[in-house]
Amino acid sequence: MDFPMFHLDWLNDRFLIAVIAIVHVFINHGLAVGFIPYIAWLEQKGVRMAGAADITDPEWDHLIYRKMKVAFIITTTLGAMTGVGIWFSAGLISPSSIGSLIRVFYFAWFVEWLTFVTEVVLIMIYFLTWKQSNHSLKAKIRHIRFGWFLSIFSWITMCIIVSILGFMMDPGNWNNDHSLISGFTNPIYLPQLFFRTPTAMVLGGVFGMLLTTLFASRNSKWRETALKDGARWMLCWAPVSLAAAIIYYKAMPEAMRENLSTAVGTMEFAQYYDLLRYIIPGAVSLVVVLGVWTWLRPRSVRMWMVLVPCIAAFGFLGIFERVREFIRKPYVIGGYMYSNLLRKEDYPLYKRNGLLTYATYATAGKVTPENKLSTGQDVFMLSCSRCHTTNGINSIVYVFERLYGVGKPLDENSVAAYIPNMHQGRTYMPPFPGNTEELHALAAYIKHLQVTGESLEGAQSAGVMVNPDNNMHNTQPLADTAQSK
Amino acid sequence: MNHMLTLLQSVTPVPRDIPLPLPLPEWLLVVLLVISFLAHILFVNLMLGGSLLTLWAQVKGLKDKAYDTLAYEIAKTITVNKSLAVVLGVAPLLSINVLYTVYFYSANALTGLMWISIIPLVTAAFLLTYLHKYAWHKLEEHKGLHIAILGLAVLIFLFIPLIFLTNINLMLFPEKWGTVKGFVSALALPNVFPRYLHFLCASLAITGLFLFWYFGRRRYAFETRFETISLYHIRKRMYSLTLGASLFQFVLGPLVLITLPSKGIQWNLIVVILSGAAAALPAMYWMWQGISGKPEDIGKNFGKVITAMSLTVLLMASGRHVYRSNALAPHKKLMAEKTKAFEKLSAEARAQPAPEENATAAAKDIPHAAGKAVFQTNCASCHKKDGRLVGPPVTEMVSIYHNDLPGLEAWIRKPGKKREDYPQMPGFPQLSGQEMTALTGYILSVK
Ligand code: HEC
Ligand code: HEC
Repeated sequence: MDFPMFHLDWLNDRFLIAVIAIVHVFINHGLAVGFIPYIAWLEQKGVRMAGAADITDPEWDHLIYRKMKVAFIITTTLGAMTGVGIWFSAGLISPSSIGSLIRVFYFAWFVEWLTFVTEVVLIMIYFLTWKQSNHSLKAKIRHIRFGWFLSIFSWITMCIIVSILGFMMDPGNWNNDHSLISGFTNPIYLPQLFFRTPTAMVLGGVFGMLLTTLFASRNSKWRETALKDGARWMLCWAPVSLAAAIIYYKAMPEAMRENLSTAVGTMEFAQYYDLLRYIIPGAVSLVVVLGVWTWLRPRSVRMWMVLVPCIAAFGFLGIFERVREFIRKPYVIGGYMYSNLLRKEDYPLYKRNGLLTYATYATAGKVTPENKLSTGQDVFMLSCSRCHTTNGINSIVYVFERLYGVGKPLDENSVAAYIPNMHQGRTYMPPFPGNTEELHALAAYIKHLQVTGESLEGAQSAGVMVNPDNNMHNTQPLADTAQSK
Repeated sequence: MNHMLTLLQSVTPVPRDIPLPLPLPEWLLVVLLVISFLAHILFVNLMLGGSLLTLWAQVKGLKDKAYDTLAYEIAKTITVNKSLAVVLGVAPLLSINVLYTVYFYSANALTGLMWISIIPLVTAAFLLTYLHKYAWHKLEEHKGLHIAILGLAVLIFLFIPLIFLTNINLMLFPEKWGTVKGFVSALALPNVFPRYLHFLCASLAITGLFLFWYFGRRRYAFETRFETISLYHIRKRMYSLTLGASLFQFVLGPLVLITLPSKGIQWNLIVVILSGAAAALPAMYWMWQGISGKPEDIGKNFGKVITAMSLTVLLMASGRHVYRSNALAPHKKLMAEKTKAFEKLSAEARAQPAPEENATAAAKDIPHAAGKAVFQTNCASCHKKDGRLVGPPVTEMVSIYHNDLPGLEAWIRKPGKKREDYPQMPGFPQLSGQEMTALTGYILSVK
């Protein structure tokens, strides 16, 4: 509305945020929260296994060091940058919501940032002083203790992030109390945290095993021991992860109900939710099978055997993240701002006087027979483009054709009849914000899209049209009408 | 008001601001922004300057082995500095987001593809610097390839600041937003390149001072690492670099000032900038003394140099902010007015919603009015009286359910799947008992 609309017409805008966020979560969980305790444990084991004269077993220690090196390199490059990328992509695609959230949670995020800085500094110290610490037993023990400390720290960071996420899903609270506490008391906060912790541990373990198969050659001294340790780690956490997944799975519809006032009626959510029923036992049993197998016959384990459960385990987490996203629709900020970035409380005004009247960027402020298509495009950009493309993923033409028959010419009147009620049956969508003329302009534009297959460029390439009826010289009249009424 | 109107041309967008109060007093946010930005940019400078110097030393090292060692030693600092540069970047990002929400996000969106490319580009550059560092001994025999890896990283590092500067520049000029089409056209706005060069020079100057300190630290065993060159030799080179770069800034600085659009240039800006430049003068003098004096005295005034240069940097960063707030003040005021006016209109509309929402209440007397209203809001998007819309026509419903009210209710609450070529109908468990009775009554009354 008040921001130039960045729009990816091929990929779908939500997809960009989702990809970056999921990669970040993978790295954070699998290579930090779940991986560092695993590494600290193995480092400690090296000291225990060493002969009386040695500080640690050098070969073993080097193997663990190389594993940590991979985690270090990935977390400080892709991990850190996807963390920043979440901000960047959210600022591009959802500027009004992220702008509002930062105003309220500036302090929380500032604290979060401080922990982030600390975490990065600690990871650097842990990894970069590793070799130096091998010179004396005292230094080595201090180094290991540091590893444990770092593990706890990463876990706390995760707790805070989960709370911020939790807040953004929780509605009413935004309007009542703008405090982060409600993030912690959110009904799915604890189930989520309880789920993420062991799952991160499993991920860390599988990933660590994968690295063992890569770094310890088949005839090396420690390969079997390292693999068996990985198996022990996984077998220890997998049952907890399974139990936690089931609890989380059960808690989810509850949260949906609280958030949406309407029921868990949406198709897409139901599909994903059903998928979970297969994914949960599937991924967990793969991990368990691998664990037991490795435990019994470590010699026969090959890289690909670990790779498959590793991918499955990351997929497991990925699907959960996807489902979690649904809980937020149709709001970006529960009860306050819809996913189309319009505030709920401004709807009566838009409905009465029109959405374009108040748009900063649009080809015109009023729909006329001549500008119907261009204003229709503006309406689409403002009210549908955050979730729909014209012809790409989740395209608007496709969703209507699915309703009215693929390939059949769309009937403008049916389209126009559907839109004002769409949020009733499809509760993941916000209500249509505009007035009747804008509705018909939108319907005409959608029909036009079906006929021409035209695509829609976002502000990043096409630039913006400054709404001639709602800027600069019109600021004064706007202020006047406010006073005269 | 009038002079503002003439200042801003008629195509200038005046968006509404986020209608929520700032989380902290504005001055405090400004202080946080300026300070945290300085910390961030310091490490960015060291990362960029460090990688440029590593490249230089490594190329020189092809002939003189000592420089190869120097390159390796500098390379070790890059990977640490780059991590700090990233994490320290988040705080100023947060602060600029709250202070300049509309300006910053608008500029981001208008250059969106390049802006988001920062993420993969920086990731790639970081991975290359690790590759360069950890493959140092493995690639001993393939120096060409090894240098090329660093060269690529340096090219990316050189490009990234251009993206940031383009954004930071574009956000100052709302009057240009309507004319910009993508990154390249925003890059072409005046002032981007002079500022870019100004920044590069600063990176070299700051890295020179950093390495002067780094190699001279007491804990750094210089002699065991370098056999053929002396600490004095390196330190002298580093001072010369900083001095040369600072001198050059006296050419670039005025150029930046001249190319700045005049709208934000006021006396407060000139005073701050000139004080900053003045603070650099004694530092430059002390460095010159170090370079031309006795070898053992080269580090004598280092503390003073750092103090004076820090002052310069602080003043320049404040100058940046002063320009920004001067340049945007009139526009910010317009935006605040517009936001306020809109909030008022919105509140009024909330108090008196559009008439059609009351229409249902008014039509109470017509039979089945309530049921019809429920149908209109929930079902009309997919069902009409005759003929297929999304689902079957109402007449078909009547023919199936005229004797089976519970069946109809059950279907509405939790629809099944019957017709092959129809999509799935969503369920309506949220309808109250009263609404359901009215709805089914209406449906079955249709003839
Ligand atoms: C919050 C994001 C969001 C917004 C905003 C949004 N939609 Fe949707 N819409 C969706 C999703 C998700 C689907 C489901 C796609 C699927 O099932 O594959 C959908 C499906 C649809 C469908 C098909 C419904 C069905 O029964 O299958 C139509 C029609 C539709 N949208 C139209 C619109 C129009 C028109 C707008 C703008 C006025 C809009 N949407 C805005 C997310 C959104
Ligand atoms: C999103 C579109 C959509 C909405 C909204 C919708 N329906 Fe349907 N309806 C359908 C479709 C599609 C079918 C055909 C389903 C099938 O045969 O599998 C259907 C079928 C029906 C049937 C026939 C059931 C049968 O036994 O054959 C009834 C009755 C019905 N709908 C009532 C309603 C009522 C009442 C509402 C409003 C509360 C409603 N529908 C809202 C799409 C919709």
